[in-house]
This record gives sequence, structure tokens and C-alpha cells, in this order.
Amino acid sequence: MALPVAFFAVFFAYPVAAIVARGLKTDGVWRFGRIGEVLAQSDIRHVLWFTTWQALASTALTLLIALPGAYVFARFDFRGKQVLRAVVTVPFVLPTVVVGTAFLALVGRGGLLDQLWGVRLDTTVWAILLAHVFFNYAVVVRTVGGLWSQLDPRQEEAARMLGASRFAAWRKVTLPALSPAVAAAALMVFLFTFTSFGVVQILGGPTFSTLEVEIYRQTSEIFDLATAAVLTIVQFVAVGAILAVHAWTVRRRETALRLVAPETTARRPRGAGQWALLGGVLASILVLLVLPLGVLVQRSLDAPGGYGFAYYKALTSADSGIFLVAPIAAIGNSLEYALAATAIAVVIGALAAAALTLPESRLRSTGGTSMTGRLVRGFDALLMLPLGVSAVTVGFGFLIALDEPPLDLRSSWILVPLAQALVGVPFVVRTMLPVLRAVDGRLREAAAVLGASPWRVWREVDLPMVRRALLIAAGFAFAVSLGEFGATVFIARPDNPTLPVAVARLLGRAGDLNYGQAMALSTILMVVCAVALLLLERIRTDRTGEF
Amino acid sequence: MARLAKRATEEAQEGTTEHPRSRTQAWAQAQAQTRTRDALLRVEAATVRLGGRPVLDAVGLDVAEHEIVCVLGPSGSGKSTLLRAVAGLQSLDAGRVLLAGRDQAGVPAHKRGVGLMFQDHQLFPQRDVGGNVAFGLRMHGASKEQQGARVEELLELVGLPGARARAVAALSGGEQQRVALARALAPRPRLLMLDEPLGQLDRSLRERLVVELRQLFGELGTTVLAVTHDQGEAFALADRVVVMRDGRIAQSGTPLEVWQHPADEFVARFLGFDNVVAATVRDRLADTPWGKVPVPEGTAQGPGTLLVRPAGVRLVAPADGLRCTVAARTFRGTHVAVQLKPEGGPPIEAACALREAPAPGDEVGVAFEAAEIVVLGEPSAP
Repeated sequence: MALPVAFFAVFFAYPVAAIVARGLKTDGVWRFGRIGEVLAQSDIRHVLWFTTWQALASTALTLLIALPGAYVFARFDFRGKQVLRAVVTVPFVLPTVVVGTAFLALVGRGGLLDQLWGVRLDTTVWAILLAHVFFNYAVVVRTVGGLWSQLDPRQEEAARMLGASRFAAWRKVTLPALSPAVAAAALMVFLFTFTSFGVVQILGGPTFSTLEVEIYRQTSEIFDLATAAVLTIVQFVAVGAILAVHAWTVRRRETALRLVAPETTARRPRGAGQWALLGGVLASILVLLVLPLGVLVQRSLDAPGGYGFAYYKALTSADSGIFLVAPIAAIGNSLEYALAATAIAVVIGALAAAALTLPESRLRSTGGTSMTGRLVRGFDALLMLPLGVSAVTVGFGFLIALDEPPLDLRSSWILVPLAQALVGVPFVVRTMLPVLRAVDGRLREAAAVLGASPWRVWREVDLPMVRRALLIAAGFAFAVSLGEFGATVFIARPDNPTLPVAVARLLGRAGDLNYGQAMALSTILMVVCAVALLLLERIRTDRTGEF
Repeated sequence: MARLAKRATEEAQEGTTEHPRSRTQAWAQAQAQTRTRDALLRVEAATVRLGGRPVLDAVGLDVAEHEIVCVLGPSGSGKSTLLRAVAGLQSLDAGRVLLAGRDQAGVPAHKRGVGLMFQDHQLFPQRDVGGNVAFGLRMHGASKEQQGARVEELLELVGLPGARARAVAALSGGEQQRVALARALAPRPRLLMLDEPLGQLDRSLRERLVVELRQLFGELGTTVLAVTHDQGEAFALADRVVVMRDGRIAQSGTPLEVWQHPADEFVARFLGFDNVVAATVRDRLADTPWGKVPVPEGTAQGPGTLLVRPAGVRLVAPADGLRCTVAARTFRGTHVAVQLKPEGGPPIEAACALREAPAPGDEVGVAFEAAEIVVLGEPSAP
């Protein structure tokens, strides 16, 4: 437990605290009055309001569209279901920059809809909302659908036998069992959309700005650190509250439900209604999830001289002057950084997850105190914080906090992987925890009685069972590190850009060539992420992970 | 307690006949000094509290080498906790666990050299049968050849020859049971503990396996401490039965002793005897709510608790005995259990031959047979 705590203290708490201090402290005196001053500004209040309501709207819209999907994935058995499940998960691991770019290609100026019907959504909030749905569809399907598929249908049948109608049975039996999962999924979506950066940065234009985007603007464009610090605190508090509620719902979800193997609950759709539902869900997936990615690929190939790889070829030259190196070098950089970040995240996350499960098994045998339990849960929540705390703050905090001895890492390449690992750790922990918790403590005891020392027990019993989860966790950490944008944009050096940073810079420039190259680079990034995910999907078990 | 220890040593003596004579002598000497030094397992005043409630309450227990002791009790009586405490999986709040005379305080589970077969087997799902059986051998650093030979030997022993490459998930309950046993026996533990060894199996399999187990342990000379809630299992398996109640030991003795002379009302009722009433013994008659009941010769005088086994309830003409109404009857295969409602006192259960059983509603008389009557809570005859 010591190593993960130290990691978080040095690379998360310290930089965030440093930037907050930088903003709120002048001449060694804390000026908390600034908080009030900043919050009184009307444009800041506008940002706060927009952040909240777009997150609420995105969450509602995501639930509305994804819940039928969750039902279809949970209860229906149809050909290609496995592939489709992988397809809907691809957007979730896609870098936000790619999502933004894809939607720009679909609904932006000169986008597909613009060409076909002259419809442009990139100046409206709809683009943001749809991108958020695209991004978070998998969260709902995975969290809610995962539980739904394991609910024993016989519970509903029991209610039917006691005289409940089909709908009443669903409402009285299934819905209550499902509601904690729905709440947890909704909170995750709210969290992700509340802290949305890349999507809003690209699609929001000058009109729309979330807290995270505003923090970025204040630090990197206006250099108003005080305002940024206040906004960081606001976001921190909000995220903390969301996570607290999330932890609470997760705990409720862990209450004893009779779960069965998902294979036994799914069956082929029957009747026109069910086929229509399946068709509707497939259509919505096609339009919302597949179409943007398709357009992205199409745009990347649609060069001035006809379809071809012109934009991809352009990526190999450094002539454009935006970068010191050819954009294609960003691929190598990204992969190297992501691999290093994955290694760090897996080590830290696995240690944290092990620390979180160990006291629990000890608690059970000794009847331990609620105090330890609370401590463990607190640590659990702490690990989730990097998901929600402004990545921009972390990135900027790295720059100003880790620039002097003994920790002068500013010029070190490790800085980028460290920041990316921070975002990857929560995914590793979330993936490992359920599996580690599912290991029956008595199996460990059986091994101990047969003469295995604690270390042998871990190697012989725990490791074989979590090996798959560890691989999956590594894959998630890899995909997330690859797509990390908010922190990396600050600390990646100009001669070593990562893929998302390069995409954002290309998009920031005018001209068809830059735009095309951005599309091409996004496509490459998407393919790398999708391949990583599809590989994972092959080893995935339904037990693993909450994402 | 002294009586128990004596019997334990007697039984252990029988078991050690094939051991070198010098050892028996040394042991006899030791026995003269402290009666229990030779106990392979000694539990002294073991106390475990979970959430402030004592689950084990100052339990003392000796198991001699080669002895099979079965702890019997309802669920929640603390019998599994006792096993876990001996295995080192549960720390004691007070008391000691000694193995071969050595205090086990601070000795972790993997260094105690005891075997534990779990209630639901806990076979390692990711290993095949051979991998499970060889696990303990690997932990003790046995070579590949040694492992292979021992695994074959054990699978042979438990009646699953050639099953080493099978997946544990593909095994039936009875087969899992056998693999779990082979796994526990493989490292040659000095004490083998069984937690509800046959609990999850169906009845006929259970009855067959319990005979096999007893035979096997006899041949191997294994020292066994088992816990179960099933009296039939305990009586069939054990040299000595220990009945537990609420974390304490209620009675300890050979199966026959416990069966014939339950220590108190709890033990009697747990064994399935329901004809238990308060009584005052004067000479060879006991005064009970059912009237005067004859008791065997030598029964302690004064107030006590009286048990009439169903076989000791004889049905006679209504005028010739205690007048009762037949409330219900239950077919039990070899006999019919008849529930009788007497004019006064609690209901009586009688065992009748199939043909003679009266129908519900009939009026019958009840006479008691002294031979099947025992007054509880007194030392049994030597």
C-alpha cells in the first residue's frame, strides 16, 4: 500500500497542491478571498452553469439511448453479438481528440451533413452532446448490461407466478436490482462529461467551454493562475462529491443479488416488437457510433487529388513547420510513452488493488473494525480521483512542481508516462478489484494449510486467477495512456509530440492539408486503440471490470 | 476430563501395537508423569471471540496419535472455528494449541504440518486433478518423480486411478471429495482435519464413503480430527465423539457411550431423542409427568432428566398403561414412528413394527421398559 500512496502523493497530490498554492498564494499569504472574487465573475459562472447542464444533458441522453442497448446486449442472443460488443467499446478507449475530430468530420464545416443537407452542428451544443453519447455508450452498456445479463430471469418468473404482470414484474423485481448499476453508470458518465476536455476543446469553439477547458484557457492562454487554481478547486470538490456518491452506489450494488451465468439468460428475440427493438438499437449504434468513425476514415483518404494516401504520406515530412519532426514520429513517441505509462500504471494499480483486497480478507477472519474498513474505502475513492481531477492541472502542476531538485523531471522523458500512468491507474484498479475480490479466501487457506507461504499463496493461487484481468488492465491503461491529452498537451516537448497532441495542433491550423493530416493521424490512433481493444476482447471475461 | 484422557491413552495404546516396544515403554512412563503428554494434538482452554461473542469458549481437547475424533454439533456451535484454530487460520484470543507437545502460538498455517479438508473442497480450479494433489508436495519441495509417484499412489488409494489429467470442474461431487482427500493426505500431515467431509454428498454416497474413509484411516494410521453436524457420520467414522454446543464441549466419549448415555438434554435432543422429561428418581421408579416410570438398577437417586428411547415405549391396551391418543405416524422404512398425545405431560414418540402401528386418532396405552430408559446428567457406569 505504501508504494501506491507515495506515487499518488508525489505525482498527483503534490503537483495539484503546488498549482493551487501558486494561484492562491501571493507573498506567502493565502488569499482565499480570490475564490469568491473568481466565482462572482459572470463568465466564470456561465462556464460553471454550462459545465453542469451539458453534463446532465449528456448523461440523460446517454442513458436514453444506451439503456435499450444494455437490454438488448443482456437479454438477446444474436449473431455477431461479441463483435458488436467490442465495436461499442471502441469509442470509450478512443482519445477524446479523435472523438472530437470524428464529429467535426461528421457535423462540422464541410462535414458530411454539411455536404449532404447543409446541416452544421459544430457551433451548437448538439455536437458536444452527441460526442459525449458516442464516448460513453459503452459505459452504460457494460455496467448496466453486465449486471442485467447476470440477473436470474427466474426472479421475474417468480413474480409473474405470484400474479404480477410482465411490466409489474420488471418494475418490482428487475428495476430495483438494476437501479444501483444504472445510478453508478449515470454517475460515471456525468463524471466523464463534467470533466470533458478534448471533445469540448475541439467542438465547442469559442462559445462553449467546460471547467476543464476554461482551466486550460486560463493557464495557457491568459496566464491567470489564480482563476485556474480556483476552478481547479471547484472541479476537485465537485468530482470528490460525484465519486463519493458513486462509491456509495457501488457498495449498494454489491449487496447480495442472485447472479447467474450470463449465457443462460440470453435468448433469441421473439416477435415483431423484440426484433424492432434489436433493429432500433443496431441502427442507433450504426448512426451514432460507427458513422463518425467511418467519416473520419473517409476524410483521411479524401485527398485533393482523389482518394488515396496523400495525407498519410504528408505525415512523413517535417516541411509543414508545425513540428520540428515529421508528424509520423508522434506514433513512435506515443507508443513508447504509452508502454512506459502502462508498466507504471499496472505496477502501481495492481499493488493498490492487492492492498485493497488484503485487509478485506483479513477483516473477515478477525472480525476487524469498521475503522479499517473506512480507511480502505477512503483509499479506494482516492485512487479514482485522477479520473476526475483536471488533467490540465496535473500537467501544468507537473511543470511547476517537478522542476527543482530533488525531483527535477522537467526535462526527463519519464514525465509524460508518469502523467499518463496517473490516469491509467484507476482503470487498472477498477479492473483488478472485482477479480481479486472474487478469489475465494478459503482457496488461499487451502494452499496455506498445504504448506504454501504467503508469497507462494499469492503466486500459486491469486496470480493465475488474475492473470487475465492483469492483461486487460494493461490494455486499458495502454489505450488510455495513448489517448491522454489534457496533461500531455502541457508536458510533451515540441520535438516529441504524442499522437493526440499532434492531432490537436494540426487541427489548430488552417488549410486542407493540415485538416487531412489530422484526420489521417486520428485514424491511425483509432486503429491502434481499436486493435488493442479487440485483442483484449478476446481474453475478456464478464467478471472483470466495471468499465 | 481425567476419564477422557485415560480412554484416549487406552485407545492410542491399541493403535500403537505395531510400533517399536521401546516407544510404547517410554510412552507409558510419560503417561505416568503427565497423562496427556503423548496427545498428538492438545487444545487447552482455547477461546475465540468474534465481534465480542465467544465462538469457542475455553475448549479443551486431546487427540492421541492414530485416533479418529469427530466433533459433532449443530451449525454455529464453533466446531469449524476449532478446526481453523488448530490449523492456524484463526488466531486464539486465549488458550493454547499444542502439536506433539509444542505450542503453536506464532506458527503460521503453512508451517504447522497439519492437513485440512475444506467443507466445499476448495480445489484449485485452474489446476487439473494431478496438479491439485501435487500442490502440497510441491510446497514441500518434492522432486517431480516423487510427486508423480505419490500422486498416482494417492489417486489409487482414493479410488480414482488415472484421473490426474482431468479438470476439477468436470468432476462429480463425490470425485471432488476424493481428490480433496488425496490432496490433503499427499504431504503426509501429522494430523488430518476434515470439515464436514461428506456434507454435500447425497445420502447413499455418504454412507458408502464413510465406511471407506474409516477403513482408509485405519490402514494408514492417520490421526484425524473431523467435524460434522451429522450424528450418523460421526458415529460411523469416529473412535471418539465430542459433542459441542455454543462453543463449549457438551460431551465426549465413544460413539456407543454417547449414544447410550447422552450427557444432558441438549445432547439427547441433538441425537434425535425427543422423549425427555424432568423426573425424580426414588429406588427403581421415577416420578415423571407421564406417571411412574421404571428405571434401570443403579440409577442415581433424586431429581434428574429422564430419557426414554422410542424402543422403550411399548403400546398396550388403553386400560393397561398411560392412556394416549395417536396424533400422527411417520413411515421410517424399517419401522413406523408414532406420535402419541398422553393425557398429561409432553408428547411421546414410539417406534412400532409396520403391521402393529395404530392409526391416527386411536386410543392406546403406553408401558415403559426400564432397559431403554436412562437418567441424564450423571456419570455413566464404568
